[in-house]
Amino acid sequence: MFELLIAPFTEFEFMRRALAGALALALGAGPIGVFLMLRRMSLVGDAMAHAILPGAAVGFLLSGLNLFAMTAGGLLAGFIVALLTGLVARTTELKEDAALATFYLLSLALGVTIVSIKGTNVDLLHVLFGNVLALDDQTLLLIAANASISLVVIALIYRPLVIECVDPGFMRSVSRAGGPAHLAFLALVVINLVSGFHALGTLLAVGIMMLPAAIGRFWARDITLMIAIATLSGALAGYVGLLLSFHTGIASGPAIILLAGVLYVASLLFGRVGGLLRQLFPGRHLEA
Amino acid sequence: MITRRKAVASTCAALMPGFVLRFAPAYAQESPVKAIATFSILADFVRNVGGGRADVAALVGPNGNAHVYAPSPADAKKVADAKVVFVNGLGFEGWLDRLVKASASTAPVIVASKGIKPIERSADDHGAAHEHDHGRADPHAWQSVPNAKIYVANIRDALAALDPAGKPVYESNADSYLGKLDALDREVRDVIASIPADRRRVITSHNAFDYFGAAYGINFTAPQGVSTESEASAKDVAAIITQIRRDKATAVFLENVTDPRLMRQIATETGAKVGGVLYSDALTDPSRDAPTYIDLIRHNLKQLAAALTS
Repeated sequence: MFELLIAPFTEFEFMRRALAGALALALGAGPIGVFLMLRRMSLVGDAMAHAILPGAAVGFLLSGLNLFAMTAGGLLAGFIVALLTGLVARTTELKEDAALATFYLLSLALGVTIVSIKGTNVDLLHVLFGNVLALDDQTLLLIAANASISLVVIALIYRPLVIECVDPGFMRSVSRAGGPAHLAFLALVVINLVSGFHALGTLLAVGIMMLPAAIGRFWARDITLMIAIATLSGALAGYVGLLLSFHTGIASGPAIILLAGVLYVASLLFGRVGGLLRQLFPGRHLEA
Repeated sequence: MITRRKAVASTCAALMPGFVLRFAPAYAQESPVKAIATFSILADFVRNVGGGRADVAALVGPNGNAHVYAPSPADAKKVADAKVVFVNGLGFEGWLDRLVKASASTAPVIVASKGIKPIERSADDHGAAHEHDHGRADPHAWQSVPNAKIYVANIRDALAALDPAGKPVYESNADSYLGKLDALDREVRDVIASIPADRRRVITSHNAFDYFGAAYGINFTAPQGVSTESEASAKDVAAIITQIRRDKATAVFLENVTDPRLMRQIATETGAKVGGVLYSDALTDPSRDAPTYIDLIRHNLKQLAAALTS
């Protein structure tokens, strides 16, 4: 048992680093994924992931495989897209999803153009986006810092966020905090995606955000519990996925996401809140 | 006012010089043989043999990765215009057959590695997943200088058959280049002889140096298979770290085509020395370390010697 579950981490430093990275990412991404899901913005993470490309590409072209140049570029591109989206959605007839779609597509096109101008055949996406097994000190610090910032900022804007999720009309009638809170939240989405990118790759960055949130939805009605379950299932998927990759030899990033997928299907079937089996065989009504 | 006739006339005038220039050399001297080589190292060989008589272009240029290369319409046009196409063979250019067909080219395809004894990929290479486009042979045959001489001989014969008038030129070019390769081969053997045999153990991120290792007695291993296409799993990385610890490998090398971060991680974890970049599949830009094949081998040799002797 020890051999199977613990030994890989005691024996190999890269496994410890990968685990630390995955856990930190789950910690930051868990609550953000839950809010994205509750605000029906589950696909925003994916769109933002594409929006970040030109910034990261410019950073790469200017200074090579430099973590800070690529992070700064990615953050800048992500913030610009998020801000423009927010502005357009709040000042014109266009709804948020359409506004985001236009800007992320433009951003993606720009990114691909920049990449192709460089003109090498080396798969730049492979270079741009990291590998969970290759976390150096810098990258780990970046992930940990982002997770910490995310948690602190979410704690600060928690009330307006929750109220806007549940009843946006009421929120607007009692407070002006909705707009700023929303922008701050979008900024968190961006920094989590960027840190996830450099550390773990595109798939993993978005996957570790949305799958745990969907899992949490099947087990809790209460938002606090939902966040806790999302974070825990993200961490569990990270741990078991790494073990799976270690013992069977499948690539680590996909292994983690597939593990989260297994948890998701199980929740879909057996979840306490709205799971399929629960709907087919509802418990007896409480009778007085 | 610009009339239509004037516009047509001035357009013609503007086009004329280009028109004349393009056709002028054909009368002045024989036009060079248009040759295509699939990647930069092969193009370097063809250039050395062809000299001024061959106009050589590489499909995958300097710093490119021929393993994951996707041909563009411009490449199809280059192939269609070519008189001869040189390929490495040994399953290196899986994409080439379709490209030649698509371009409707009638140019002969010359396999430059013909006559080389292929090295099978080692059995412990966990590479079963990569076999779909590579077969069992390791394609990186040019990494050993004796093999490079076979490439050069094949290229010389192919060019001479295609352009009999230029045969003496090709032969004298090839002879002088083969002489340089012989000197290079001696240089490599001398340097490696100065490294103690038990220190000749190297890890690289791309399993491309088996021919070099076999020719000169250096033990190369890689965490990834023979192709750069797949992502290394935790199991692979653990295996390579265990292997470094067990074999007491002396050095770890990065490469210009795969993720250097993974290599650095392995090096810090094992204490093996991180060497510089070893070039495998592509030459570099003229301003960098390895613009020609001879520079490439010298560069790799220098890096190996520095990492293994210190």
